[in-house]
Amino acid sequence: MIEITDLHKSYVMGTNTLHVLKGIDFTVNEGELVAIMGSSGSGKSTLLNILGMLDEADQGTYTLDGTLIHNLNEKIAARYRNKFLGFVFQSFNLISYKNALENVAMPLYYQGAKRNERNEKAMHYLEKVGLAEWATHLPNELSGGQKQRVAIARALASEPKVLLADEPTGALDSTTSYEVMEIIQSINDEGKTILIVTHEDDIAHMCKRIVNLKDGVIIDDSKISQVRVKATSHV
Amino acid sequence: MFNIERWQEIFETIRKNKLRTFLTGLSVASGIFILVILLGFGQGMTNGVAKEFEEDAANRIIVWTGVTTVEHKGLNPGRFIELRNEDYDLLIKKYEDDLEFKSSVYRIWSGVATYKNESGSYRVEGVFPDYQFIENASLTAGRFLNYDDHNGYEKVIVIGHKVYKDLFGNKEAIGEQVQISGINFKVIGVYSDPGGEREESRIFLPLSTSQRVFNGGNKVRNMGFTLKPQATFQQAVQHSIAISNEIESFLKERHIVAPEDDSAIDSWNSLEEAKRYYDLMDMIKLFFWVVGICTIIAGVVGVSNIMLIIVKERTKEIGIRKAIGAQPWSIIGMILHESIFVTAIAGFLGLIFSMALLEVIGPNIEIDYIVNPSVNFNVAITTVFVLIIAGALAGFFPAWRAARIKPIEALREE
Repeated sequence: MIEITDLHKSYVMGTNTLHVLKGIDFTVNEGELVAIMGSSGSGKSTLLNILGMLDEADQGTYTLDGTLIHNLNEKIAARYRNKFLGFVFQSFNLISYKNALENVAMPLYYQGAKRNERNEKAMHYLEKVGLAEWATHLPNELSGGQKQRVAIARALASEPKVLLADEPTGALDSTTSYEVMEIIQSINDEGKTILIVTHEDDIAHMCKRIVNLKDGVIIDDSKISQVRVKATSHV
Repeated sequence: MFNIERWQEIFETIRKNKLRTFLTGLSVASGIFILVILLGFGQGMTNGVAKEFEEDAANRIIVWTGVTTVEHKGLNPGRFIELRNEDYDLLIKKYEDDLEFKSSVYRIWSGVATYKNESGSYRVEGVFPDYQFIENASLTAGRFLNYDDHNGYEKVIVIGHKVYKDLFGNKEAIGEQVQISGINFKVIGVYSDPGGEREESRIFLPLSTSQRVFNGGNKVRNMGFTLKPQATFQQAVQHSIAISNEIESFLKERHIVAPEDDSAIDSWNSLEEAKRYYDLMDMIKLFFWVVGICTIIAGVVGVSNIMLIIVKERTKEIGIRKAIGAQPWSIIGMILHESIFVTAIAGFLGLIFSMALLEVIGPNIEIDYIVNPSVNFNVAITTVFVLIIAGALAGFFPAWRAARIKPIEALREE
């Protein structure tokens, strides 16, 4: 599903050049649930941004679902993002003046879906994250966990090949973190490929594979036995 | 533009950002409102002054002669040009359709008038009966000169009110004999003139009599005309200037005077004076325009400012939209579409409201120099479009920049 070879990325900061990624080789197969770990500054977020086409690599190749991603212009990047990828952010990044349903329906708008179809699909995904009855609430009327679940529903709405989550539980307490992880696990059970950037050990161990980054290189990449989140009842 | 999905998206955004929408709309609507009201009152002042002026504006033309100062066709300067009866006859024939009242004037220089023991020096002029209307004189006793007096070379005079006071005191003047330079004339009328004492210390007698009695031959000192009314004041001014210039150049040609030699033959028309007044009005109008345009510029700056803030405020939203697959152009389109829609609606609201206000209060305004303030609809609607286009341009650049920011940077924005 994802294949990257010899990926380099550096940022210019004033007179200094910060070499963040120093040759990453990395493959993800369909249906995997991968945790990318590392301390801050290890390059894990940068890697995720490059995978998400939110940022560009300086060097190396990146193939997503058989498509070589290179020389992206804004237009093509936008189309690929819409077609291949779903994003979940630490800070949720919901649009504050749109209610939960509208937020979830937005990727579908950019896919050109009709209004009824959008709302129907969005409702379906809201049900999936257990927030059907919160559909008409604005983000600021939702708890952090609920917001993140809306964000997950939104990421799923465009039916992406890969779900990319950047510290999805970073802003949540452990109870709600586990709720979110439970949803992520269940989505993965349905066969969706998911990459999670995290620095929390317990969250990482709820995945099926942990990739450890340090100073821009992969120091460890191993499959683990997944810790299943206990089924909790949703609000 | 006709994408229903886009419209729905925009209406949702507008509905959910009422304050932002309201402020944008307010700045546009108030800009248009102020401009229309200003232009309306500018027009009102023009109307008002026109009205005041037209009430006593006489469309009078006077032509007179003097000494040539320019050598022309081999003739030396210093010639004294004299008009003749033939000049007058030719002119009134030539401009039959344009002239309303006409008269030539022969002036008797040492006009000493004596009645019994009283005497005084006055302007004594031989004129045609029309002269009464050219001078705007009205009779307080007796009658004015008529064509019978003219044809019969009658020795009759009409005296001004001042002359009457000087010579007769309060006694009956009609039918009395007054001596002018030793020749007896019968007083047939007394007139008053809105011009006051200066205009009332004159004595009129028939032109024919004056030329015969005072050895004038067929000489004419000057000529006075009034023009037939025109549909509008502006037309009247144009017509008046045109005719007085034509008459002047006609006479100059006839008397072999250089066209630029205004000391030999000159003319004056009262509407040209009026026109100066109008030029002043044009200046006032221009002033209103400048103020109005400044208002519009302020409005444009306001709209631009709000657009900048909107784009800034929405940078993160733009990042989110891009992360979930929005094309750059769809973002620019969304922002512009919304801003154009809001400015257009607000602009037209401001336009309608201000025009309605002018329509309602305009005719009821009773202030000197302001009559029926109104505004040209095309001008107003043009300004609305200028504002919309300016707002769109002002919104375009920040929107374009925002759409080019990498989504990762836009998302980092807090």
